[in-house]
Amino acid sequence: MPYTAATVQLLSPEGTLVSSDAAQQYLPYVEALSDDQLRDFHRQMVIIRKVDIDAANLQRQGQLAMWIPSLGQEAAQVGSGFAAKPQDHIFPSYREHVIARIRGIDPIRIIEMLRGLSHGGWDPKKNNNFHLYTLVLGSQTLHATGYAMGITLDGLSGTGDPDKDEAVIVYFGDGSTSQGDVSESLVFAASYQTPQVFFLQNNHWAISVPVERQSRTPLYLRPSGFGIPGVQIDGNDVLASYAVTSANLDAARSGKGPGFIEALTYRMGAHTTSDDPTKYRKDAELEFWQQRDPIVRFEAYLRAKGEGDAFFAELEEEGNDVAAGIRARTIALGSPERDSMFAHVYSEPHPLMEQQREWLEQYEASLEGGQA
Amino acid sequence: MSIENLSMAKAINNGLRQALKDNEKVLLMGEDIGPLGGVFRVTEGLHAEFGGNRVLDTPLAESGIVGTAIGLAMRGYRPVCEIQFDGFIFPAFDQITTQLAKLTARHEGALSMPVVIRVPFGGHIGAVEHHQESPEAYFAHTPGLRVVTPSNPHDAYWMIQEAIASDDPVLFFEPKSRYWPKADVDTSASGFPLHASRVVREGTEVTLVGYGPMVSMLLSAAELAQEEGTSVEVIDLRSISPIDYAPIIDSVRKTGRLVVAQEAPGFVSVGSEIAATVTEHAFYSLEAPVLRVAGFDTPFPPAKLETAYLPDVDRILEAVDRAMAY
Repeated sequence: MPYTAATVQLLSPEGTLVSSDAAQQYLPYVEALSDDQLRDFHRQMVIIRKVDIDAANLQRQGQLAMWIPSLGQEAAQVGSGFAAKPQDHIFPSYREHVIARIRGIDPIRIIEMLRGLSHGGWDPKKNNNFHLYTLVLGSQTLHATGYAMGITLDGLSGTGDPDKDEAVIVYFGDGSTSQGDVSESLVFAASYQTPQVFFLQNNHWAISVPVERQSRTPLYLRPSGFGIPGVQIDGNDVLASYAVTSANLDAARSGKGPGFIEALTYRMGAHTTSDDPTKYRKDAELEFWQQRDPIVRFEAYLRAKGEGDAFFAELEEEGNDVAAGIRARTIALGSPERDSMFAHVYSEPHPLMEQQREWLEQYEASLEGGQA
Repeated sequence: MSIENLSMAKAINNGLRQALKDNEKVLLMGEDIGPLGGVFRVTEGLHAEFGGNRVLDTPLAESGIVGTAIGLAMRGYRPVCEIQFDGFIFPAFDQITTQLAKLTARHEGALSMPVVIRVPFGGHIGAVEHHQESPEAYFAHTPGLRVVTPSNPHDAYWMIQEAIASDDPVLFFEPKSRYWPKADVDTSASGFPLHASRVVREGTEVTLVGYGPMVSMLLSAAELAQEEGTSVEVIDLRSISPIDYAPIIDSVRKTGRLVVAQEAPGFVSVGSEIAATVTEHAFYSLEAPVLRVAGFDTPFPPAKLETAYLPDVDRILEAVDRAMAY
């Protein structure tokens, strides 16, 4: 699905600011960004791509069961991720590695999941309100909506104090839009006027099935049937992602109800390391999107603004160091404790957990001691 | 001691009211539970008393109800969801088994999921398809969930409050055939923890175990058996997951015979599980194989056939006789 007349773009593929009627209302958000913030946008995109490529290699080398690439989707994620304020709550899907990193989750936690050491395991409250990945498509949209209902019940949206108001942003993909839970979450969000933003990354492919199989109408139009305004953005434009998400989150926090953003982007890699995109998509399509690479575009913008070679060279080095560090730590990761599987199935004591933990311990001891 | 004579529906209503008073984080959510008070009137009056921010009439979507309840629990609320009828729980099955049941483990204990899902269940009400089912085994089979069912108004009053106080997700199955008979409720003390099973009639020759709607029928069967000269002990399971086995094993060691009864189909069921576990733990005490009395392994039939489908006193007595014949 190519760009449409409705697509909000602030930065052209050549890296120049776009002056259009649609862009006007969002430009103040961009104008308010400092040079340091702009550099940090780029920094995060470059580093995560290096981590991403290295993690896929780790899978090929047998160090990970799987990797989920986000290659090509960096701008959609970095822009929207930075648009969330510290008090906002982020419900990811499972590909938002850079947003996790922005919110302080060490990428090694994601590596641990995909190496078979955990199912996530971080505490959102201690990690800047970044919730766990959800692997069943669309389920998290309902959790996000319920969470946002809780914000309303707590009286913490629309208070008139923008530093106090909270909102939720939930990520999902074009395939997930066909899930019933996504539609139900739109119903509940509209009904309860939740302070929340639905952030759809339309990366054009649900594993091997193109977005046309999911929807014959542009997906940003779908929420209007639920009574929720939708907007389509160029998801490979980090400034559009930042500005439009900021505007939607501001509206949500201030009590104006939910919003919906469709970010048009492209999964330049495989769905996961388990599939082979050459079997189902054409080279020409990949080339079209490679010409709209979010990182190349933003580098051109920064250079035009006067950023020199030194920044990009240092960033290259920093990215390589981060990736190398993750590689080394991945290889050094141990195994989870055997009885940890019983530890948190319930919050309160449960007889089967106690019996089975004890049985396993005795069984293992009997094998180790040679006495069955 | 403070005794009130209440129907189970009213006892649960009072229990919910008490829970809403005790903890401002308790919320009720469901279809038609507001001004109408639910199709069985279990939430009657609560919307008027506590308002729409505590008693939420939700959109008509079961997965949405449970999925948003999960989000509310993440936020610190203690949602109590009503699923209108047993057969309508399956649109929420994914959120219950894949999310609700697993989120505490997925978070390595960093968060709890204090969500209660109330489900009117079971037959004997002559209703249309999907309104008389007993789906409890699906949930008992799912690690991370707790599953309980009261058999009488006193237990219902206390168990609903204990379920709401639990930090784990609890499926709370309400036997709708038992909603209306009244009995004494002691509102001063529960007497039993949520997951304790209870000997409700003592006997020496056969142990009958059941839960929810079956318990009153087991007691009737025990009376008749007594008249025919057989002494029957009856145990009300109360909790289906976890199962409190100690009173059952003790009883079987005494009687040597066990019959397990349920409305649900017998194949891969609560009764099967009890039969296996009791055989494992009380093998040398058994004088007869553990027998199951259950619904047939068919879809719940049209209501005019429900009396042929559901276990009744005669089918329980037939099993008692078979156990005694070994």
